[in-house]
Amino acid sequence: MRKDFEKDKKELSSYIKHHRPRQILRDRLVEVIIFLGGISAIIFTLGIFIFVIKESWPFLVSRFDLREFITSMEWYPASTLEVRYGAKALFVGTFCVTIGSMLFSIPLGIGAAIFIGEFAGKRFREVAKVIIEFLASIPSVVWGFIALTVVNPMIISIFDEPLGLNILNASIILALMSIPIIVSIGEDALRSVPESFREAAESLGATKLEVVFRVIVPAAKNGLIAALLLGVGRAVGETMAVLMATGHSVNLPALTFPGFFFEPVRTLTATVAAELGESPKGSEHYQALFAIGLSLLLISFSINLLADFLVRKKVRK
Amino acid sequence: MLLFFSSCFSQKNKSYLIIQNKGSDTLVNLAQVWAEAYRNVEPNVAIAVSGGGSGTGIAALINNQVDLANSSRLIKEEESVKATENSGKIVEGIVVALDALSVFVHPKNPLTGLSKKEIACIYGSEGNCDKWSQIRGTIVPGCKDNKIIRVSRQSNSGTYQYFLENVIGKKKDMRLGSLDLSGSKESIDLVAQTPCAIGYTGMGYINERIKALCVSEDSTSPCIVPNLENAMNKSYPISRELFFYTLGTPTGELKKYIDWIKGPEATKLVVKMGYVPSPLFWNSEEIKKLLETK
Amino acid sequence: MGFELLPLTKQKLKMEKWIVRSLFLVTTFLFIPVFLIFAVLFIKGAPALTLNFIFSNPLQGMTAGGIFPAIVGTFWLVFLSLLFSCPLGVVAAIYLNEYARDNLFTRIINLAIINLAGVPSIVYSLFGLGAFVLFFNLGTSILSASLTLAVMNLPIIITSTREALLAIPRSFREACWNVGASRWQTLWYVVLPNAIPGILTGVIFSVGRAAGETAAILFTGVAFYLPFLPESVFDQSMALSMHLYTISTQVVGVPESFTYGTALVLILLVLLVNTASILIRSYFRSHRKW
Repeated sequence: MRKDFEKDKKELSSYIKHHRPRQILRDRLVEVIIFLGGISAIIFTLGIFIFVIKESWPFLVSRFDLREFITSMEWYPASTLEVRYGAKALFVGTFCVTIGSMLFSIPLGIGAAIFIGEFAGKRFREVAKVIIEFLASIPSVVWGFIALTVVNPMIISIFDEPLGLNILNASIILALMSIPIIVSIGEDALRSVPESFREAAESLGATKLEVVFRVIVPAAKNGLIAALLLGVGRAVGETMAVLMATGHSVNLPALTFPGFFFEPVRTLTATVAAELGESPKGSEHYQALFAIGLSLLLISFSINLLADFLVRKKVRK
Repeated sequence: MLLFFSSCFSQKNKSYLIIQNKGSDTLVNLAQVWAEAYRNVEPNVAIAVSGGGSGTGIAALINNQVDLANSSRLIKEEESVKATENSGKIVEGIVVALDALSVFVHPKNPLTGLSKKEIACIYGSEGNCDKWSQIRGTIVPGCKDNKIIRVSRQSNSGTYQYFLENVIGKKKDMRLGSLDLSGSKESIDLVAQTPCAIGYTGMGYINERIKALCVSEDSTSPCIVPNLENAMNKSYPISRELFFYTLGTPTGELKKYIDWIKGPEATKLVVKMGYVPSPLFWNSEEIKKLLETK
Repeated sequence: MGFELLPLTKQKLKMEKWIVRSLFLVTTFLFIPVFLIFAVLFIKGAPALTLNFIFSNPLQGMTAGGIFPAIVGTFWLVFLSLLFSCPLGVVAAIYLNEYARDNLFTRIINLAIINLAGVPSIVYSLFGLGAFVLFFNLGTSILSASLTLAVMNLPIIITSTREALLAIPRSFREACWNVGASRWQTLWYVVLPNAIPGILTGVIFSVGRAAGETAAILFTGVAFYLPFLPESVFDQSMALSMHLYTISTQVVGVPESFTYGTALVLILLVLLVNTASILIRSYFRSHRKW
């Protein structure tokens, strides 16, 4: 045995002596490639900003008027009378469907996350996760199709309203789209609360419910809020589903209850999707739509920054 | 995977001449039916049809990206000039069909016709007709509050622009708050299930689920029904020409295609799709005869 | 952490039971839309699912025939986008997991990944239009659309690869270092092969995303109708997602079963892919060497 060991060692060291230099060069090369891959995310993020700004630049420096953009309802980019770029209705529309969807997705999403994470048995958890994963994988255009063909007549018949394409329709659809994100990230957040918290509470005599709601949930607060924010991000950024579900109407919804929910609106995302194809490249309308894209980019960027900040805070604890 | 590879190999031995055809959503279905039929006439020529609106088609022509632009409106002066600047050729167009724009409502709506002024009151930014009761005292059964729900199209659609210019007026705006839908099908589907609604679309799409209204030029003129004859003899007030635009005079395969379009086979398809044959190449007598033959 | 404990009364326990019950209801409530949607799509769309529907071209203004070109187009787009995003995503994850140090630079990269994941899909379309179609002059083509989809799916691949790499016990790596293997050798021969199931999970998620995506391909390469299948990556193509949008909003006269059928085909495709992912995941999980 000992003799073989000596022989192997000699072979190994001669192998290393001959191949090491080449190996080192190859390793270096590979490391360069890997580094480039690593920074690709930064390159693309910058790229998105650069190109969106580039295509909207002439508009931004000349015709663009921030006050008009944010406070005027009059979105007439193709008017023969007077071209106006008042995007207030679009911002309001995006805001309304987002808030509307949050009204559904927060209780449902957090509730489901808590149940699945804390109270459910193993089998139920597996089944629930599979079903929610399916929910998550339904493409947005299919959701839009469902909005037109299923939710629309449902709203008309249940609420006796003349129109089923409105804030309510979009809120339901968006909620169903963002709940899977809230549930999965929320569940992660709850799970990452250290066992010691649980044990401490239990040893003080708290019931299971008290442990969950008075200890775990507050401890996971940041992660849960981050989950909600990512759900919000999904709602804000959704295009095809809201294009088909909102009725696509430049309309300031009346702030009445329940009338508010039955008002058709139009979102920033849907406007870009609907109008870009028909504007000649480089025209002012085209650039204005890129400006809307820039607004969307800034909104989603801020939401993501906030979510990341909150998650980081929790981790540091 | 099998599908994928089969698609790779099936085209290997064929060479296609491709005619790129893009533009108006009103024309797109007709252009597509033509493209399909033309495959049997000239198997080596394939025509790629896409929509996107008249604006997109003309923009693509300006950028020399297509051979044929479909448009439901006349090309604008600036567009024509730009195209010539970019390509050195003068834009030429022919009228390939007519399209009568029909205004329609839900079958429960008791109205049978409207004047242009009334339509402008409903849709125009200067109008103030919000309820059906303001239009000849109409009450629509099943419509909550008698509210008028305006179904419209997106602002760069040729249908929208023609409707705006012809019915509301040049240099006017549509009133905000209409439902600006993506296409004819959505408009028709929505009006068909919404008693309160009113919409407009190409005559070719009218079906039994909605009610097409006759239109009068003003309060004294007769109310003209949107049909083949009235569109061809130009008595229907909202009728427009549908164009094919090319860069320069068409030659070769493109010319052959366009000649085929002027012929009887293509024209039968025009009528089948619910459009009106171009009076440049046909009159209504000839059409009647053509439709009688098989 | 002071909190007052309520006396352990029967009433309290009963109330708690109700709360848990309502949470249970909330969760199962979410199952309803899933079943409802599948039921509706199935009932109204299954009649259309004939072999003819799947394998023939659209006819008569897309009111008859089938959806074959759309299916093929979707395959092309998904395949190409994976071709671009997989290697790049895996490499990026390797960097973050194996080479990056815990400093500000790494934090910025992480931020960039999160940001990419949250960008609205229509903004991706704008980016694709500005960058690939116009700037790199690839034109509206399968190539531009796939590249756009690839960038969109990059965060998914990176995240799932990272998790897969993280899950591999340190002892594996240590064993390699002990025999004198370089970092790269460790990666290539030991770490990566064990990370493949996790990477596959990410790949499969992005397949679903790419297949269903409409907005991102709208201005970068999808066509309303093409009478022939695309011949090169520089051609445009039809796609299932776009086709569904078109026939439900723009084309009049399409039989109802066709629109539902198209939606059903799209969903079944995504479902198939997801099920494969779950099966692969559990297979590898049960065969794990640690």
